[in-house]
Amino acid sequence: MKKILSNFKGTKNELIPILQKTQKKFGYISRRRLAQVATFLNITESTVYSVVTFYSQFYLTRQGKHKIRVCQGTACHVRGGAGIMQIVKNKIGIEPGETSPDYMFSLERVACLGSCALAPVMMVNDSVHGAMNRAKVDALIKELGKISGKSKSSGKKTSQRKTAGKKSPSARKAGK
Amino acid sequence: MPKITINRKKVKANDGDTILQAAERVGIYIPTLCYHPRVGKSGNCRVCVVEVKGMRGLQLACMLEVKEGMVVHTESVNVKAARKVVVGLLLADGNFDLSDPEANDLARVAHHCGLKKAPYPKLEREHSLDDSHPMLLYDESKCIRCFRCIRACNYNVVNEVLDMGYRGIDSRVVADADMPWNKSSCVACGECIQICPTGALIEKQIHNKPVNKNIEKVETVCPYCGVGCKIALHVDKKRNKIVRISGVEGAAANDGMLCIKGRFGFDFIGSDERLTTPLIKDTKGNLKPASWNKAFSLIAEKLNAIKKEHGSDSIAGLSSAKCTNEENYAFQKFMRKEIGTNNVDHCARLCHSSTVAGLASSLGSGAMTNDIAGIKKADVILVIGSDTTATHPVIAARIKQAVRSGSTKLIVIDPKKIKLADHAYIYAQQRCGTDVAVINGIMHLILKNGWEDKEYIASRCEGFNELKDEVIKYTPKYVEKISGIPTETLKKIAELFGKAETAAVFYAMGITQHTTGTDNVWSTANLQMLCGNIGKVGGGVNPLRGQSNVQGACDMGCLPNVYPAYQKVIDKSAQDKFEKGWNAKLPDRVGLTVTEMIDGAYNGSLKALYVMGENPFLSDPDQHHVEEAFRRIDFMVVQDIFLTETAQFADVVLPSACFAEKSGTLTNTERRVQRLEKAVSAPGQAKEDWEIIQGIAKAMGASWNFTSAEDICKEIAALAPSYGGISWARLKTVDGLQWPCPDSKHPGTPVLHTQGFKRGLGLMKAIEFKEPAETPDKKYPFILTTGRILEQFHTGTMSRKTEGLNKLAGPMVMISKEDAAKLKIKNNKKVKIETRRGAIEAPACVTENIGRGTIYIPFHYAESPANRLTNPALDPVAKIPEYKVCAAKVSKT
Repeated sequence: MKKILSNFKGTKNELIPILQKTQKKFGYISRRRLAQVATFLNITESTVYSVVTFYSQFYLTRQGKHKIRVCQGTACHVRGGAGIMQIVKNKIGIEPGETSPDYMFSLERVACLGSCALAPVMMVNDSVHGAMNRAKVDALIKELGKISGKSKSSGKKTSQRKTAGKKSPSARKAGK
Repeated sequence: MPKITINRKKVKANDGDTILQAAERVGIYIPTLCYHPRVGKSGNCRVCVVEVKGMRGLQLACMLEVKEGMVVHTESVNVKAARKVVVGLLLADGNFDLSDPEANDLARVAHHCGLKKAPYPKLEREHSLDDSHPMLLYDESKCIRCFRCIRACNYNVVNEVLDMGYRGIDSRVVADADMPWNKSSCVACGECIQICPTGALIEKQIHNKPVNKNIEKVETVCPYCGVGCKIALHVDKKRNKIVRISGVEGAAANDGMLCIKGRFGFDFIGSDERLTTPLIKDTKGNLKPASWNKAFSLIAEKLNAIKKEHGSDSIAGLSSAKCTNEENYAFQKFMRKEIGTNNVDHCARLCHSSTVAGLASSLGSGAMTNDIAGIKKADVILVIGSDTTATHPVIAARIKQAVRSGSTKLIVIDPKKIKLADHAYIYAQQRCGTDVAVINGIMHLILKNGWEDKEYIASRCEGFNELKDEVIKYTPKYVEKISGIPTETLKKIAELFGKAETAAVFYAMGITQHTTGTDNVWSTANLQMLCGNIGKVGGGVNPLRGQSNVQGACDMGCLPNVYPAYQKVIDKSAQDKFEKGWNAKLPDRVGLTVTEMIDGAYNGSLKALYVMGENPFLSDPDQHHVEEAFRRIDFMVVQDIFLTETAQFADVVLPSACFAEKSGTLTNTERRVQRLEKAVSAPGQAKEDWEIIQGIAKAMGASWNFTSAEDICKEIAALAPSYGGISWARLKTVDGLQWPCPDSKHPGTPVLHTQGFKRGLGLMKAIEFKEPAETPDKKYPFILTTGRILEQFHTGTMSRKTEGLNKLAGPMVMISKEDAAKLKIKNNKKVKIETRRGAIEAPACVTENIGRGTIYIPFHYAESPANRLTNPALDPVAKIPEYKVCAAKVSKT
């Protein structure tokens, strides 16, 4: 974290680049790092938090190894995007916004991936997969499962929204 | 001044007015939700839309500035339709009680639009509710996301806790990184509650309660610290109960802002523990209820007997910085006229006697030189020895506002890294008790670089050469050796302060409560005279007074050496004046101070003590000594609202009315005299303090015939020149008057010494640095310093009756991380603290905010009384004890 911050001057307009770098390095922005960013830029924690929660690209919790985004935009909706989402949910056992307990998958619903001609589409990590159906989803997940060893399991899932506000006191408060 | 037309009415607007402000000025109501005069415009609720001739579409009245000839319609068909949709949509997403149009802004706006409920189907979704804090809660189902609370938190009180989290329909107000409210850095000042237009942020006790129609608002003054915030008590007259408290918007002292104590700490008023009848100690030593007549005659008999046998000077009185000017005046008059002694003092001895003595001798007046509103005019503010956000939160807010505006730079010098240090341009941590050396060091550098105000010094001051000769040896290196402040930091401070056009000094107990208290005060005055900062708006020497009427109690002559308005008892002409005014022979000897009274009781020379509204058992240094003194004294009368730790020693206890149960005047830290208004009736047989004093005087055979406190105010105006123009009738029409106010036409004096010093020439004194009376050694290696915290007040008689405050703040001892590690002390674990005078136990608070070798204990707690430890060594001039430094030992229990 120190290394990241050392590349910046500490002016307020660097907030988003710092958050992006942080997320890239650690995969998500923890409370501790969020507080560090606030201190570094001399802005309030709530301001950093408002930015982090405004943009869907930032995560406050650890994300899965594979990020699955299923499109629910207009074109995909018409071509059965909701059904694809249901299949994926059943397959990996988590709801949109959650991460599987083994940190293998994170699932997200997105509004459009810009590939409407291929609807219904879903995205796995950085690649877009078009004209999805049950068989293709099965194959894709199976492939991912192979890469990472195991997949579906039950247990405690983490969710971005629900865990908000349940961590220990903020760094500002600590030690006072 | 542009002329515009609103709803066919010609309106003269001010330059830069928005349409909304121009309309407000002439009483035309334009509904709005996100705009509030104290948080400025944000233009996001879209409720204030109006039609402007020649402009396309509807315009926002809160954003659009007026232009000459503008024609505005606020109630046209288009406007009404658009507004109804906007408000209707807001109502559809939430759960609002609109039954009372006066309840809040949203209800008023909805009624204006003819809406009693949401005109659309309710949006079905889950709302969050954060009720983790003991005082306030956030109910998202009532939140319309107007940003008012966020702007208020960040820009008004500058506590910087709130912001808007999440996006779109999920947006809601978050504290810090969406912490549960009680775990966040929120200090519960309640500014957000005050400013919320819907009741989404609200006091816990009134959330979702049905509308109460019997509420009457009474404007009065907060009874806690010396800022003198104007508060409105919302009183349920039927139940004789205060249901909530709000700050009075636009008030000179606080402009609507309050702190946690002022907004929530009022459970003491209706507490079951209040005294309701006089109590007399029986032969077995138990306090038993008695009638007023019996109590009065017993007191009169005893006091008369002691006076006859041992002389007037064997009786002493402690008046109260919590009582009104009228009551304090009556108290000292009683002591001087009926008892015949100048043995009258109060707790100002223990907080600012060094200020009164120090500033009176160097400037001619012992009060804060400037006003609160002028803070924003300072270029540089130096806060030394004051944890302002904890002890004077609203003044701290003003300082933070000034810093935030960018025009003011803040320097904080304090042994603790206080919250204000987060806003400081420079923060320096000095060793406790080295303030003289630090200030001398700053003056050394200012003189060396020629930053002093030579013309000011030549024309307005004396003693400059002596001062110059003294500070010459306080080189940065020498000062670093004494105080621990690095030379570079000291140089930066001196440059910033010395070069500033206008600089203000704010201080409190960190300066005064030392054996060198008066020296410290003189040093601050020296510094300000050297830089020509006294007598200017935004400058000055500003001692922050700690109690609601400690300034007033001093002004009223509740001090052993002066009559009201600081007329000296040893001055023959002043004595003649009061002898004539009171028609009695008065003593000409200076009386005993608080600390001398305790010593007198201890060694037997003092036989009787009359205490009004004070708790010296907890507030005075070296508790064992005080306890023994109280056991030895022959006769003690305590008049209070509770059976305090002190009252338990008394022979007679008298129940008095608290601030909400009486009328009178209070003088705040900036010398502003304000009206206290009666809101509820006192419990049981409790009486106002002046009535009790008069009752005792009459029982002793004197003829006192005040029929109301207002009668006393008239007598004060006649005998105290600086209060000459102050009357209850006048105070009803103005927002307080700052003394000196010599006649009924005088507008009051916000800034003292503008033309010349009251004393003539300002006296610069050469002050040599002296070590505190007790310094750490092998056996007691720590410096112990004491003080207040935000959530509690003084000895806790009032604040500790509010359960929520107790939940937030209990006893503790602050210790640095390094020291804690060395002693293997863990956070929140009990430790033992010992000094040469006693020992207490308290949980440790391990923190980075205090320097190595120093520990800090708040003195509010009877169960961990800091004053069992403190050193009663006195300042030789002011007789103030050294609460701020003594040597201590810390160990695990």
